[in-house]
Amino acid sequence: MKNQDLHDLGVAQLAAKLAAGGVSSVEVTQHFLARIEQHSSLGAFLATNPDVSLAQARAADARLAAGERTPLLGVPLAHKDVFVTRDFPTTAGSKMLENYRSPFDATMVRHLGNAGMVTLGKLNCDEFAMGSGNENSAYQKVQNPWDTSRVPGGSSGGSAAAVAARLVPAATGTDTGGSIRQPASLTGITGIKPTYGRCSRYGMVAFASSLDQAGPMARSALDCALLLSAMAGPDPDRDSTSLDMPAADYATDLIATPADGTSAKPLKGLRIGLPTQFFGTGCAPDVLAAVRGALSEFEKLGATLVDVSLPLTELSIPVYYVIAPAEASSNLSRFDGVRYGHRAAHYTDLTDMYKKSRSEGFGDEATRRIMIGTYVLSHGYYDAYYLKAQKIRRLIAQDFQTAFTQCDVIAGPVSPTVAWKIGEKSADPVASYLADIYTLSSSLAGLPGMSVPAGFGAGGMPVGLQLIGNYFKEAQLLGAAHQFQLATDWHQKAPGAAA
Amino acid sequence: MALTFKDIERVATLARLELRLDETERTLSQLNGFFALVEQMQAVNTDGVEPLAHPAALLGEVALRLRDDIASEPNQREASQASAPAVERGLFLVPKVIE
Repeated sequence: MKNQDLHDLGVAQLAAKLAAGGVSSVEVTQHFLARIEQHSSLGAFLATNPDVSLAQARAADARLAAGERTPLLGVPLAHKDVFVTRDFPTTAGSKMLENYRSPFDATMVRHLGNAGMVTLGKLNCDEFAMGSGNENSAYQKVQNPWDTSRVPGGSSGGSAAAVAARLVPAATGTDTGGSIRQPASLTGITGIKPTYGRCSRYGMVAFASSLDQAGPMARSALDCALLLSAMAGPDPDRDSTSLDMPAADYATDLIATPADGTSAKPLKGLRIGLPTQFFGTGCAPDVLAAVRGALSEFEKLGATLVDVSLPLTELSIPVYYVIAPAEASSNLSRFDGVRYGHRAAHYTDLTDMYKKSRSEGFGDEATRRIMIGTYVLSHGYYDAYYLKAQKIRRLIAQDFQTAFTQCDVIAGPVSPTVAWKIGEKSADPVASYLADIYTLSSSLAGLPGMSVPAGFGAGGMPVGLQLIGNYFKEAQLLGAAHQFQLATDWHQKAPGAAA
Repeated sequence: MALTFKDIERVATLARLELRLDETERTLSQLNGFFALVEQMQAVNTDGVEPLAHPAALLGEVALRLRDDIASEPNQREASQASAPAVERGLFLVPKVIE
């Protein structure tokens, strides 16, 4: 294989080639850095630093030369720009943090660095991870590599576009209400949001702390499993909400256990629940057709489909958009122009400095969510909005447990449509919240969820199948997705822009 | 129940945001659209339902963890202040608060 084809390899394949000595990490890193440069018009990257990346690659090559053989050693990736990094600026897509440099690395950055992965740079995203089209970045809109006039989804839009365009073999993302799954769906890649608390939030710029969760985005379930094994695990001294459970070896489990069936029916016994609320008229026919096609493939693999009900699905929209902005308004109060971040040039006194610095630093969507959050937490409205939303949040979580008495995993669409045109939805930001309908309820419940490439819809744009598992069932989700990907090749399709 | 122009001004003050007149008007219209959606929540019977602040609460008893009270971080004052808008002799500078 020639070096110019290196970007066609996934994480597992690159690791194998590095381990066999067929290529060095420095060569792989140089190849991807050149590709990032060549495709800079996609807007996926906010920062690179070739000196740092190549130094990390040399360190990985030294570990390889010393005989170390670990699953991610020498393989490059890039981080969503909400993970703080010492060696690169961290902006969270906001003007507020322009040129901000963290004094420490996020736990996710540290874990993946310790595993020998090489950081290629930082990936564009919606400001403070608020958005679903990556149009809320203060720096640059991101283009979808399948059609550069369309959005890549969001908020992890840079991560999704970079993986889809083969600028990186894998990326980190974060998911608060769908921000890994939805861009993965809209760009035809694979992404998993683990159970809330599975991955440490230390060093993730906070949006909504009871919902934020890190996860991997790559081309296959196998590659996501390799990354998740390095990402998951407790961080007891640094994140009080990280779960006290050791990381699993997801990739080994994936290959070793093709469920309990025969090789022809590897998913025999798997019951897939289809919530009737996910298959209604709100979902575009082209998306439903692709999802149903994928589900019949799961049936061929031995799975059975059962109808389930998640009656509060529609209510998950107001519940989420009360709770997440409430937490965001609190988290973003730290941006006061004193310790870090933007400070206005002109002001009269301290309060005026706060107001002007914040109004200049935050974009429209962050401002809107701070306003909503401040209102629902304010005296006289707390019970009617915030507390009410938290009560319905419990009912939503209970509905999932009822559904899981009838099935092992839940499946449906990720997004009601394929990727839309850049600018098409910016006129009515509140209406765009409605498009998050299929991802919000599992986020509120804290459940793990995936997007798996399932085919194509209108305009030849990718469609993702969402798989939702019960708590800690990441291995089951990844296993089902892996069997599907052994039987299909949707995840191997590359957009024209990747050529 | 619709929000008023005064509500938006009050919330902006609480949030330490300064909105221009046109921004206040636009925010008023957008938030009223949003809260029409939020009103749907009132139709759900939540009598006797405990609020769920955090999904971890569903996964069993959640005790707030305490770590040992020892210094675990090195002194990084310079690195921490490198991104601050105004510092002097290791201190963050703010406009005069007390006359």
